[in-house]
Amino acid sequence: MKIIDNDTVRHVAHLARISLDEGECAQYCSELHLIIRYISKLNEIDTADVLPTSHAVSTLKNVYRKDILKPSLSVDEALKNAPAREGDFFKVPQIIEGK
Amino acid sequence: MSGNLHSLTAHEIRKMMDSGSVAAPAVLDAVLRRIGHIDGKVKATVLVNKARAAESAASSKPGRLSGIPVLIKDNICVKDELTTCGSRILDGFKPPYDATVVRKLNDEGAVLIGKANMDEFAFGSSCETSCYGPTRNPWDLGRIPGGSSGGSAAAVAADETICAIGSDTGGSIRQPAALCGVVGLKPTYGRVSRYGLIAFASSLDQIGPITKDVEDSALLLSVIAGHDEMDSTSVDIPVPDYAKSLKKDVKGLRIGVPKEYFVKGIDPQVEQAVRSAIGVLKDLGAVVTDIGLPHTGYAVSTYYIIGPAEASSNLARFDGVQYGFRATDAKDMIDMYVQTRSKGFGKEAKRRILLGTYCLSSGYYDAYYLKALKVRTKIREDFDRAFASCDCIVTPTSPTPAFRIGEKTGDPLAMYLSDVYTIPANLAGLPGISVPCGFSSDGLPIGLQILAKAFDEETMFRAAYSFEQSTGHHKKRPTI
Repeated sequence: MKIIDNDTVRHVAHLARISLDEGECAQYCSELHLIIRYISKLNEIDTADVLPTSHAVSTLKNVYRKDILKPSLSVDEALKNAPAREGDFFKVPQIIEGK
Repeated sequence: MSGNLHSLTAHEIRKMMDSGSVAAPAVLDAVLRRIGHIDGKVKATVLVNKARAAESAASSKPGRLSGIPVLIKDNICVKDELTTCGSRILDGFKPPYDATVVRKLNDEGAVLIGKANMDEFAFGSSCETSCYGPTRNPWDLGRIPGGSSGGSAAAVAADETICAIGSDTGGSIRQPAALCGVVGLKPTYGRVSRYGLIAFASSLDQIGPITKDVEDSALLLSVIAGHDEMDSTSVDIPVPDYAKSLKKDVKGLRIGVPKEYFVKGIDPQVEQAVRSAIGVLKDLGAVVTDIGLPHTGYAVSTYYIIGPAEASSNLARFDGVQYGFRATDAKDMIDMYVQTRSKGFGKEAKRRILLGTYCLSSGYYDAYYLKALKVRTKIREDFDRAFASCDCIVTPTSPTPAFRIGEKTGDPLAMYLSDVYTIPANLAGLPGISVPCGFSSDGLPIGLQILAKAFDEETMFRAAYSFEQSTGHHKKRPTI
């Protein structure tokens, strides 16, 4: 049985904002098929009454910091690695159509 | 005098410095010369900052690691130092801040010499997926050093540094330490701050030391451990003085041996070395008992849902806007994201992002991601039950010694299965250490893994130190 087909791989790649050519798509499709078939063995376990663990250290509760002013990165430091900058902003290609 | 300073441990060098017989610049010089001689073959480092290191060594700042050269894995932020996770997508990225572990190392006088190679974003068990090319195993340059902290482990094994820092999400410290014949420690989840560690899977990642012996491992953990308000998952409990756990005494210590770890897939020489290591601990007075961890066989599946799911989410931030590489000829914003990510990420990174996105996508979330979180509970409960009857658990670290470069790159699943013994500790949040326990007939190192209860690194150190000191496998070094 085919667990995952080329269209699903393409859809997932679109969600992840990755483009694949025909060859890559076919290769990932066959690799993911094998991986997903392997990981599907989790279905052998009955987990009907089991609570999920999203975090292994159960002693942690929600952690809040005190709401006090503290120095943080300056604008220049924060923008230092920007591929493109304009003034105090990250510069990106046009998002909204029209001028 | 400084002929072989690079081959010493941190505690040995500290002793010499305290007695005035050697100074930090001489140690740095020895390490840098060693890198100059052999790193062209091993390719463990991706960046060596001689000027910065020299300045730091000359300052002779006091501290527990004063003058000790340390190599940092390339996914840990060092202020104003290139930090790329072995990925093209972080091309040119120089963090504007230090990771907490880096700050703590600096505060104790450590001399940071540079960055270590790694699998891209720590996705791998062989150090072959780095955009800088593979690191090689110092014991056999045709073989992989393990991964993903392969550069850190190979550098320590080859005496290119005194010690190193790595990160471990599914075995990425312990497995390369085992394959390179050095000591690698993954602390309890929450023991060490992850602030400044570029995230792979946030519920599994943990930073830890790779060292030449257990004493150095305890020394480094003492320095880097502790609560940090910059990481809300770091746990606010006192850090013990781990040097005190370095006792050669395991009398009465209850050691569990899980039968599920000695099944099909284990190399007979690995099994033999680990069985004989268990015999050593028994002879030292430990009480060895058979235990069961019945869900062990599901750990890799669980991990390869949770790990990629968290990674696909964490790696969404690499979109060409704030840092690193950006594709230049995009026609609009979305196209810029797509082109940047398609050109910036390597093959394995894309594979994990696709797998993780699939497991989290509408219609599959419950079947894969939620199911994996529930099985994670079963795996954690296995350990809870086991630790009712033992103080630590002893297993092989890796099912085989180092494999050949290229041997598993065409078969992702085979690569994933090489982490079969290390993954459960990450899922359960437990501390684990790998110590050298012998060599294969080809002269390749074999590692023994010791796991302990959460936040009980002391028992783990005690067992590891007792074993190490009565065997001495850690003293053997590769000839390059």
